[in-house]
Amino acid sequence: MSASKISARACNVFYGDTHAIKDVNVDIGSKSVTAFIGPSGCGKSTFLRCLNRMNDTIDTCRVQGSITLDGEDIYDPRVDAVTLRARVGMVFQKPNPFPKSIFDNVAYGPKIHGMAKSKSDLSDIVENALRRAAIWDEVKDRLDAPGTGLSGGQQQRLCIARAIATQPEVLLMDEPCSALDPIATFQIEELIDELAKNISVVIVTHSMQQAARVSQKTAFFHLGEVVEFGDTEDIFTNPSDPRTESYITGRIG
Amino acid sequence: MTSRTTSLFAANPQMQRRKRADRRFRIYGLAAILTGILLLAVLLGTVISNGLGAFQQSYLTLEVELLESKLDKTGNRDIEEIKKVTTFGYDPLLTAAAEQLIETHNIQTDLRAKDIAKLLSKSAVSDLRDFVVADPTRIGSVVSFDFLVNARVDGYLKGRVTRESVADDKMISAEQLDAVDQLIAAGALVKRFNADFLFGSDASDQRPEAAGIGTAMLGSLAMMLVVLVLTLPVGVAASIYLEEFAPKNRLTDLIEVNISNLAAVPSIVFGILGLAVFINVLHLPMSAPLVGGLVLSLMTLPTIIISARAAMKSVPPSIRDAALGVGASKMQAVFHHVLPLAAPGILTGTIIGLAQALGETAPLLLIGMVGFIASTAPETVGEALLAPNTALPAQIFEWAKRADPAFYERAWGGIIVLLVFLVAMNAIAILLRRRFERRW
Repeated sequence: MSASKISARACNVFYGDTHAIKDVNVDIGSKSVTAFIGPSGCGKSTFLRCLNRMNDTIDTCRVQGSITLDGEDIYDPRVDAVTLRARVGMVFQKPNPFPKSIFDNVAYGPKIHGMAKSKSDLSDIVENALRRAAIWDEVKDRLDAPGTGLSGGQQQRLCIARAIATQPEVLLMDEPCSALDPIATFQIEELIDELAKNISVVIVTHSMQQAARVSQKTAFFHLGEVVEFGDTEDIFTNPSDPRTESYITGRIG
Repeated sequence: MTSRTTSLFAANPQMQRRKRADRRFRIYGLAAILTGILLLAVLLGTVISNGLGAFQQSYLTLEVELLESKLDKTGNRDIEEIKKVTTFGYDPLLTAAAEQLIETHNIQTDLRAKDIAKLLSKSAVSDLRDFVVADPTRIGSVVSFDFLVNARVDGYLKGRVTRESVADDKMISAEQLDAVDQLIAAGALVKRFNADFLFGSDASDQRPEAAGIGTAMLGSLAMMLVVLVLTLPVGVAASIYLEEFAPKNRLTDLIEVNISNLAAVPSIVFGILGLAVFINVLHLPMSAPLVGGLVLSLMTLPTIIISARAAMKSVPPSIRDAALGVGASKMQAVFHHVLPLAAPGILTGTIIGLAQALGETAPLLLIGMVGFIASTAPETVGEALLAPNTALPAQIFEWAKRADPAFYERAWGGIIVLLVFLVAMNAIAILLRRRFERRW
């Protein structure tokens, strides 16, 4: 097992006075998929958003403890959240392509981070990202068409292409398939498999079957705590905590 | 359980009552709409019937001999010498032309040529002089000229002045009206479209026939430009700050509440502010469209800020999240994504704010733009901004105050012009809003 890409130790998150995340310790491995499962409102998405400091946009949110990327604390005052988010990308639950052309959608990230030295450079980056997201063949003839004109599954793959265009080392996915039909879901899961050969993927999911199919490590969240964290196989076949077992067998959540 | 014995089809009293109430409500609604439409029709009908006359004016065609002996005694065609001849010097030329007129058209009258010349507007002589000064080569020839007739004659052609009203009128006599009738029959006196109303300047009390709204329109235009240039950037910047960067504390709340309050402040208060700050402290020129524009900007700014905030709030947060997720900074997210999507809403709000500012008179009162006689049109951009001028609604108000009923017609004409602008601006705003709606 490769060294941890992201490590969280004694992580606590407060929304105003509400203690949302309590003493969480997780390790995200590199070149693998980690799944966060748990019932609604247990804090999975909140914790996920801490990993790329998206919670900074919420005024009442405070994060305590340490979250490190490659050993460096991401909440250190010297860290620029904007640069961090180029290295830790995010895909959201509902596909949200920009109301611009497909090309501009994918090109936006590399452009603002100055990753392309010329127009042809930028075209290459965009093509690369669209290929890795397994959507190139479907859109290569209409890169100028608006991104919002695609189907749901295609839009989500476009959003994934947009996120990976900045060559992130980690990709955070917040229930990426919950708004999609089974076939699109299958395509995205294949995509996740492929991506995980090169980067770390963290996926929050409501579907235990999806977690079982896709991930190597799973963390079970319940009421803001990580109740159990370990190899996916172990969690699903031989959970140590009774709460984990209740959730997996469908008695809670 | 007991089973229902009444059929679904049976009428019950509740249903009847409900149906009657529905019908009553529909009738009230219809009556309200019809009342509104009726009032609107009355308004438009009154405005149009009273104001259309202002767009037509009566002209008398005279053949004027530009006698060299009167206009250019030296014969050098020296422009400075020619300019020295005042309008008094041109009077005899007009009298001679009037005499010629009587002969040519065989007018049967006891009046002398001088009395016929009095049918002309008092601006006739200066128009003639302007013509000669502009083109001295015409001296010595006979020129056919269309002169404005005075307001009473014009009123006769428009129905304001009648044979009955003439009895008490000192400005015109029944004999003059007889002559007028004959001139109309001869085709020398006609009523036609008056472009000078739209493009000319205001005139003195004694010459309503020469009064135009053009200069006032330029004043309004200059002010609108100032308002646009000042309120749009400042308003958008303020709303971006309040939306994205202001900390959520009581000070920010206070600012927001006060902006909403400012939008409701009576406009004359801004006029007083303009007088106190712009004129007394900053010593900006009085009656200048620049100052008027500054005052109107203060008045319009809260409206722009409020509509810009609303437009930006209507952009779905998912777009902002997506931009941030890809590593955009807050400023990049706002300028690359939120603003372009909010732009149509901001534009619509700006146009509506400008339309409101266009119709404001009270704030201009204290800075000197109401009651100013705009008799010369500005010629350069600098003049347009800094030379004293008036505004469309102020001009209308000014005309409505004057004694001569001919000015009353002009005021209505001005109202038509103002309404055309307002309707056009609001129509553009609505078109823009429809066109850009729901782009995502």
